[in-house]
Amino acid sequence: MTRRGVMTGGALLYGGIASAAFGLPALGFALGPMFEDGTPDVWQDVGAEEDFNAETYVPKVANIVADIGEAGKTTVYLRRLDPERDSKSKSDKGKEPLPYVAITTRCSHLGCPVRYIQASQRFVCPCHGGVYDFEGKVDGGPPVRPLDRFYTRVTNGRVEIGERFSVNSELERFSPRDPSNHLDGLWQYLYPSRPST
Amino acid sequence: MSKLVPPIPKFLRPAPPRPGQDGPGRNGGGDENGDGNGKPGTAVKLREGAAEGGTQVVGWLDERSGASPILRGMLFRKVPKGTNWFYTLGSATMFAFVSQAVTGVFLAMYYNPDPARAYESAAYITNEVFLGELVRGMHRWGSTVMIILIFLHMGRTFVFGAYKYPRELNWVIGVLLLVLTLAMGFTGYLLPFDQRSFWATVVGVNINASGPVVGPYLADFLRGGAEFGAVSLSRFYAMHMLLIPGLIGALIGAHLYLVAKLGTTAPPWLKAEKKSLSQEKI
Repeated sequence: MTRRGVMTGGALLYGGIASAAFGLPALGFALGPMFEDGTPDVWQDVGAEEDFNAETYVPKVANIVADIGEAGKTTVYLRRLDPERDSKSKSDKGKEPLPYVAITTRCSHLGCPVRYIQASQRFVCPCHGGVYDFEGKVDGGPPVRPLDRFYTRVTNGRVEIGERFSVNSELERFSPRDPSNHLDGLWQYLYPSRPST
Repeated sequence: MSKLVPPIPKFLRPAPPRPGQDGPGRNGGGDENGDGNGKPGTAVKLREGAAEGGTQVVGWLDERSGASPILRGMLFRKVPKGTNWFYTLGSATMFAFVSQAVTGVFLAMYYNPDPARAYESAAYITNEVFLGELVRGMHRWGSTVMIILIFLHMGRTFVFGAYKYPRELNWVIGVLLLVLTLAMGFTGYLLPFDQRSFWATVVGVNINASGPVVGPYLADFLRGGAEFGAVSLSRFYAMHMLLIPGLIGALIGAHLYLVAKLGTTAPPWLKAEKKSLSQEKI
């Protein structure tokens, strides 16, 4: 160990500490939102129970991000659950199923807004031709999983929607994922869920 | 050498000799010959004073910075025979970048990266600000021009084989510059915040999310959260005007340094000439 070596090492060490002192907080600052649950845990009123039926979807506007105006709003398709027609979800075993089906318009391919067409009883995406059936399961095109849904409940005759969740092809519930993330087969292990949600 | 000097404007030329008087030489270079016969006119004094002052200022800067050998090496370096217009594509790309930087700085004076205000402020630039349509148009079309030029420059380098030893590192830096330029296009596309740019960016971020393992985290980093929200736009704006241009500027510096250090290549169709030793010395 030489005097010169100690001085060089000390200079590098102090320089490194000083750089890390601002570098690490800045990095955490930039990456922090990834680990936060940004969606509000509030139930939103979307209408009275009489507004909905089990045969067709009714579009309603809901907020997914607060305080940014139009850009934070999205359309949600709602209908009453039809116990005879709707397939049973594994997540509902031993529990009451959600009273209403609230389907997001976010295509599970790349996130374009889908539209429900009553004549064919299907959801169709204008961007790359994704098609979903009446329950939002993939019927054709590039999407990798069914359309996401929202939790629903009824309070004093008003229908409310809660957080978004993703479903696999058996309608099993998962934490909300990005479009294009698989939830079936071996592929699902390549798309980890968010640390926060 | 004096033939190479551009013609001097009339008002700077020395007055012609009066009739019956032995004048200085025929042209302005008379005094340099040292003939003290005629007094130089005020214009000549002015010109010489200005030239001397200029020399002094340049000399003062050069003595302290040592810039002249660097500049001389940069500006008067030898280029191979056969250098042609294709060799200007790199400079053209850099010019496009500088024009993007300048117009971008001025656009930033009016633009407001708030989700509720962004569209209005962009429309304000186009419709209300003096020459706003022109500056925004230059930035908008200039981005396309820069992408076209950078690909042409890359194609020139590839076809001419100019990426080979010892210029591989410059090729690598160039590829990084290409990726960063495309990232500029991606982040800038969102900023007008109209329907087209919003949905195109939603799809673009979700394409990032489709990458296995890291995809979801990358998308979260781009959006600044799980949803496309309030911080997403300002995040794209900061990347577009601070992070990526800084990286591009630094890499352009490294790119140019290597060009000056290694020199350019001759076009591939030019055969090496066989020279005698005495000729090679020249």
